[in-house]
Amino acid sequence: MQFYSRRKKLIGNSQTEQLYGHCLQFYGQPPIENISLSEFETFAVDRLKLLKTVENLGVSYVKTSEQYTKKLDVEFSNLNFPYKIEADDRKPQTGPSEYEKRRKDHISHFILRLAYCQTEDLRRWFIQQEIDLFRYRFKDLPSKNITEFLQYNNLHYHTISVDEKTNLMEKLIKSSFAVSGSTVDCQDFYKVPFQDALDLVRTRKVYLKGGYVYIPHQDVVTIILNDFRTRLSKALALTARSLPAVQSDERLQPLLNHLSHAYVGQDYSIQKSIGKISLEQIDPLSAKSYPLCMRQLHRGLRDSHHLRHGGRMQYGLFLKGIGLTLDQALQFWRSEFVKGKVDADKFDKAYAYSIRHMFGKEGKRTDYTPYSCMKVILSNPPSQGDQHGCPFRHSDPELLKQKLQSYKVSPSGISQILELVKGMHYQLACQKYFELTHSIEDSGFSLNHPNQYFMESQKLLGGPGAGVKVEVKREDNPATKPPHQTSGPGNLPQEVAAEITEDLDSFFQDA
Amino acid sequence: MSDKELRASLPDLLPLYYHRLFPFSQYHRWLNYGGVTKNYFQNREFSFTLKDDIYVRYQSFSTQNELEKEMQKMNPYKIDIGAVYSHRPNQHNTVKSGSFQALEKELVFDIDMTDYDDVRSCCSGADICPKCWTLMTIAIRVLDRALRYDFGFQHCLWVYSGRRGVHCWVCDEAARKLSVAARSAVAEYLSLVKGGEETVRKVVLSDPIHPFITESLTVVERYFPQYALLGQDILGSKEAVDKVLALLPEDVRKKLLQYFQTERNPEMRWKTLKSMAQDKRTTAKKGHYFEMEIMLQYCYPRLDVNVSKGVNHLLKSPFSVHPKTGRISVPIDLKELDRFDPFDVPTISLICKELDQPKTEKEQEDTMENENEKEAGEQRKRRDYKRTSLAKYVKLFDKFLEGMAHSRKGELLKNSDLQKNF
Repeated sequence: MQFYSRRKKLIGNSQTEQLYGHCLQFYGQPPIENISLSEFETFAVDRLKLLKTVENLGVSYVKTSEQYTKKLDVEFSNLNFPYKIEADDRKPQTGPSEYEKRRKDHISHFILRLAYCQTEDLRRWFIQQEIDLFRYRFKDLPSKNITEFLQYNNLHYHTISVDEKTNLMEKLIKSSFAVSGSTVDCQDFYKVPFQDALDLVRTRKVYLKGGYVYIPHQDVVTIILNDFRTRLSKALALTARSLPAVQSDERLQPLLNHLSHAYVGQDYSIQKSIGKISLEQIDPLSAKSYPLCMRQLHRGLRDSHHLRHGGRMQYGLFLKGIGLTLDQALQFWRSEFVKGKVDADKFDKAYAYSIRHMFGKEGKRTDYTPYSCMKVILSNPPSQGDQHGCPFRHSDPELLKQKLQSYKVSPSGISQILELVKGMHYQLACQKYFELTHSIEDSGFSLNHPNQYFMESQKLLGGPGAGVKVEVKREDNPATKPPHQTSGPGNLPQEVAAEITEDLDSFFQDA
Repeated sequence: MSDKELRASLPDLLPLYYHRLFPFSQYHRWLNYGGVTKNYFQNREFSFTLKDDIYVRYQSFSTQNELEKEMQKMNPYKIDIGAVYSHRPNQHNTVKSGSFQALEKELVFDIDMTDYDDVRSCCSGADICPKCWTLMTIAIRVLDRALRYDFGFQHCLWVYSGRRGVHCWVCDEAARKLSVAARSAVAEYLSLVKGGEETVRKVVLSDPIHPFITESLTVVERYFPQYALLGQDILGSKEAVDKVLALLPEDVRKKLLQYFQTERNPEMRWKTLKSMAQDKRTTAKKGHYFEMEIMLQYCYPRLDVNVSKGVNHLLKSPFSVHPKTGRISVPIDLKELDRFDPFDVPTISLICKELDQPKTEKEQEDTMENENEKEAGEQRKRRDYKRTSLAKYVKLFDKFLEGMAHSRKGELLKNSDLQKNF
C-alpha cells in the first residue's frame, strides 16, 4: 500500500488519478498524453493478443465457466492488464503497477478502435471481443465496486432501499420467473430506466413502475453490457469518420492496417514438410483435408482451368504452406492453365512470374505467408466470377447448402453449419465441417488458418502433410518503420520485421 | 347525412371549418411544445389528403400563420401528423441523401374496432354501436393506466378517430424521444391478444402472472358482466357459447356443456366457469387461467404494433375531419369516459350550421366588451368555435396543453435549481 501511494504521488496528478480510479472502465474519454511509437505498438499488439485469446477461448469454452476464467486470468497477468482490483494493492509491486496496467488498458483500447472502426465486419469483431472481455472483468466485481463503477459512469441505476424491497416484494416475485422471495431478500435490486432494459420490457419479464424497471443484481450485468455495446458502437462510427486524419500520419498507417489484419500466431510460412507432397496427391487431398475454401478453389481451377488473381493468391500460398516446392507449383499451375485458354508461352510470360514472386524468388524476394482465416474472411471479398474468399462468409446460404450436400454432409450437419453461419461464426462453421467430414465429435483445435486445417486433418489421417514442425512466430514488437531505418529497442529481428512489412506491401499489391 | 351527401358538401364546409373553426392557436401551441427545442414546429411533417384523393407528404410550416394560410388554401379532407425531422420536410429533396432523418415523434396508439370482429356480435367492419363502444372504453382505461403507472408517462391525449376507434398521443418529452426499438418494446409489453384468424386461443397465460396483467384484469372485470355477459350475450346462444367453449380445456368443456343444458342464466354460467378454473388451479400443478383468458380475449385492447413502432409513422391529426362520417376527431375527456358517446360527437356540418345561428344574449355581451379591443374582429373570428359544439372539446384540449406547460415549467425550475440559478 505504501509503495503504491508513493507511486501515485510520483506519477499521477489528480486528473490521472481520477481517470484510473477504477480497474474497469467504459472507455468514455480518450487518452490525452504523448506516448512513444514503440509503446503505441506494444500496447496495441498486447491488447490484440488479449482479444484474440478472448475469441479463441470463447469458441472452446462456455464464457462463464471456470476453465474459461482461469485461462483468461493467466493471459491477463502475462500481458499485464488490470483485472482483480484488490489483489495488487496488498502485494508488493513487481513489474508494472496497477496504475500502469490501467493506463495500458485505456490506451490500447483506443488504439485498437482506430484499427477496427473501418468496416462493419471489423467493428463487429472488436465489439464482440471487448464485450466478452468486459463481461469477464465485471463478473467478479464486488458489490461496492459495482456501485462505484455505476456512479463513475453516470449510469442512473440506483439500488432501492430494503423498505422499498419489502413493499414491492409481492410484485417483484410476480414479475419474473427467476425472482423468488430469497432473491429479493438477498440481492440488491436496481431501479433502471426502462429504455435501458428493452428486452426485459418487451417480454414483460420484469416489474415496471413509473418508467423504471426493478432488476436484481444478477441481471444488471446484461443491462450494463448492452449499454457498453451501444456506446462502443456509436464511438466506432464516430471514429471511422475522423479516421482519414489519423491515417494521413504515415507512421501510424502501416501499423493500423497491420493490426486490423494481424494474425498473431503460427503463420505456416516455413514448412518442414516441404517436398513431401506429390502433385498426384493433390486431388484426393483436396477432398479429404482441404478446408472448404481451398476445396472450392481447387475445384474451380480444375473445372475452368483458370483462377483469377485473388484465387491464385489465396490458393497458391496455401499450396506453398502445405509443402509444395516452387517447381511443383509451377508445374501444377502450368499444366492446369494450359488445358484452358492459356498456352505454355503465355503462361511462362504472364503467370509464372507471379508464382515465383509468391515463393520469394522475384522482386523484393520476400517469402509471402499463406492467408489466415481472418484475412480471407475480412479482406478482398469475392465478386462475380471469383472463387476465393471464405464460403461460409461469402457464399449465399442456399448455394453453400447445395455444395455441402454434394460433398455428402449429413442434413443435420448442414443445418448445424448454417446455424453457425447465421450467427456469423464462420470459423466455427468450418470447424464443424471438419468434424463432420472427419467423423469426429470434437476437432480439438480452434480454427484460424486454412493450413492449420490441413495440418490437423493430415494428423488425424496420418498423411504426408502431418508431423510438421512449424516454427511459431511470436510478433512481440513489430517494426513500424521499414527495414532500412534504424531499429529501436525491442524490435524484431530484421528478417521477421521485413516479413511483416512485406506482408503489408503485398496486402496493398493484392488490391 | 349520407356518404354521398357529405362528400358533396365537404368542398363548401371545409373552407368554413378552416377559416372559422379549426383551433389553430391551440394546435400550434401543442406542436411547438413551448419552443424549448429550436425549429421543433418547423421541422414537423404534415401530410394532407386533398380533394379527389390527392395525397401530399412532407408539408411543413414556419409559423402558425403560414400553417393557417396553407390549410385555408388547400382545404385538406384529411390531415396527418408525422415526425419532427432533422430538416424542414418541405426541403427534404435539397438535403444530402441519408442526412434527412426522422428524429422525434409522440408515441402513438391506434385502437380500431374492426380488430375485434371475432369477439363482437353486435356489429362488424366499420360499424359501431353503443354496445361495442364499451370495448373502446375498456381499451382507454387499460392503456391509460399502464402508460401512466407502469411507464410513467403523464401527458396522454386520447382522441376519437371519427369513425370506429380511438387514438392515443403520448406527448411526454421522454416519449417523443423514444427509439424504434423502445416503441416496439412498449407496444409488445402492452399486447396480450395475439394471433390472427387461424388462432383460436389468442390469450395464453402462465405462471407467474405479471402485475400488469393483474391490474389490467381488474379494469376488464369491472365491465365484463355488463358488456360481455349481458350486452354481447357470450354465454347465451349456442353459437356464442361454442366460441367460448372452444377456448377451454377438453375436460372443462365437457363438464360445462352438460351443466349448460340445465342452467340458462349467463351470469350463473359464468360463475360456474370461474369456479371451475379456480378449482383446477388448486388441484393441478401448473396454472390454469382460462376464465381470465376468456375475459381478456373478449375485452382486452387490441393494438396495431406497427402504428406505434415507427418514428416516422403518420397518424390522423386531432381536429381533422373524418371524410366518411364528417365527425371531427375530438379529444376524449377521461373524467367523463363512461359517458362518452361517439354518436354525439359534432360533425362538420353541425358545427358549420351552428355558426349561422344568431348570437345568444350572452354572446352579444361578450362581443360588445371586446369591441373596444383593437383586434376584436380577428378575435371574434378566432373564437367562433366557442359558439359551437366544438367548444367543449377545444377547452379540453386547452386543459391538456396547460398540463404540459405546467410540467415544462416544473422541469425548468428543477434544472435551474440543479444548476444553482436563482
